[in-house]
Amino acid sequence: MSDATRSIAPPRRQGRPGRPVGRERLPVVALVLAVIAVAFFALPLIGLLWKAPWSNAWSLLNKAGSLTALRLSIVCSLWATALSIVFGVPLAWLLARVEFRGRGIVRALCTLSMVLPPVVGGVALFFALGRRGFVGQYLDRWFDIRLPFTTAGVVVAQTFVAMPFLVLTVEAALRQFDRRFEDAARTLGAGRWYVFRRVTLPAIRPALVAGAVLAWARALGEFGATITFAGNFPGTTQTMPLAVYLALESDPAQAIVLALVMIAMSFAVLIALRDRWLGAVTTPAS
Amino acid sequence: MRSTRPVLVTFLAVIALAATACGSDSKSKASGSVTVFAASSLTEAFTEMGASFEKANPGAKVTFSFGGSGDLVTQIGQGAPADVFASADDSNMTKLVDAGNALGTPTVVAKNSMEIITEAGNPKGIATLADLAKPDLIVVLCATTAPCGKLAASVLKTAGVTVAPKSLEDKVKGVVTKVTTGEADAGIVFVTDVKSAGSKATGVEIPATQNRVTNYPLVVTKQATNTTGAAAFIAYAASPDGQTILAKYGFLAP
Repeated sequence: MSDATRSIAPPRRQGRPGRPVGRERLPVVALVLAVIAVAFFALPLIGLLWKAPWSNAWSLLNKAGSLTALRLSIVCSLWATALSIVFGVPLAWLLARVEFRGRGIVRALCTLSMVLPPVVGGVALFFALGRRGFVGQYLDRWFDIRLPFTTAGVVVAQTFVAMPFLVLTVEAALRQFDRRFEDAARTLGAGRWYVFRRVTLPAIRPALVAGAVLAWARALGEFGATITFAGNFPGTTQTMPLAVYLALESDPAQAIVLALVMIAMSFAVLIALRDRWLGAVTTPAS
Repeated sequence: MRSTRPVLVTFLAVIALAATACGSDSKSKASGSVTVFAASSLTEAFTEMGASFEKANPGAKVTFSFGGSGDLVTQIGQGAPADVFASADDSNMTKLVDAGNALGTPTVVAKNSMEIITEAGNPKGIATLADLAKPDLIVVLCATTAPCGKLAASVLKTAGVTVAPKSLEDKVKGVVTKVTTGEADAGIVFVTDVKSAGSKATGVEIPATQNRVTNYPLVVTKQATNTTGAAAFIAYAASPDGQTILAKYGFLAP
């Protein structure tokens, strides 16, 4: 399948076969700025490593609640990513392909949660989906569904802040994708859904993966909307960022260990995914 | 000439603020910028206190950073630019003092006690602490890392009541928000929090035999850039004018 999709994917401009991208030389100024940027991201991490209580790290990690929070974080962030894909890809498709009045407004609306302070987002979710919210009161009355203080509430809060990252990334890819490939498939008799699955989706796969990873990372680190909307209770709503934040007040050493576990996990996923998915598509086929 | 004076004062205040912000202020004066790191239960009372202090000390500018007491201790320990630290309990103040981040001894300017907070009008008819144990109630408490959480736990223990909270908030205002938005039925917060929530919440008193009283100690921080201004603010909070403001928000006299 991947060979077929590769052959119809649009030609890439950079990276001619046989010429590694890494050989390119940057102007000195750009190089210096880039190195400063790397240091800017690396230094806080080094700071954490430097302050980490290595001797009793293991016992701190095994302290009550840490692993529960870690498990909850993984489960919730994966759910949030899945929901972001299920709803976000069609949304991106709508925004990229369908001309309609007020499209700009809809796009702004759907990315609003990126700029909204997360705590405000959490309160806004209360007003919409809470027990007294204008939708939530019917969820409560008719379906007995209550989101605040539940794990589902954590997923809702995370999805709310994470989905825009996927939507924007996928939308940009859909816009750049040469629609003639879809038209060609269509003239060959392929249905709309078939074209989307077999032509469009493979072509935007790198963007979809990148968007999903961004959304996942945002969901994993989500704090403000979660603690506001879902609350903080070990086992049901206390995710890693919440556990880290609370530990910071009582036991800073434990907070550092938890933060490092989160960082290590995200790091592994980001690197693995890049090689596995993005790398496979961007490196020229031999 | 007269009319230009307020402009001039503002101008000087801005310069003073900029100077302290840059940390280049060599000799601090009674005026200038005072940065107060205060427990979030002091939010309303201290906001008014700040305005009134500025009125009494033309040229002074008070900036607040409100947060959980434990959080603020950590921030000050990391060199946050605080001149004054106002804690909602003695233990966080002790932490700051023991870490060597305080100048002089703390002054207690107010006391507070606990109260049950319910939705406006108390629709669930909560009357005692024991009512909080009812299984159909959504109760939210502070985490025990926050002073309100420690006190609530102690109050419940004294009353012999076991509560299954739905959430353990990082700070007292989190409990207030959950109750005033109607997501939680009740919580245990400071008397002053119920008062400042106004008509959005109703308080249920906790009898003195079960209640706990907490101190609000203030201290000048070690890294204060405006020690005179910081001391003046603490003195103002302890003065009759300051006490009137604190009493208005439900705080008890020290």
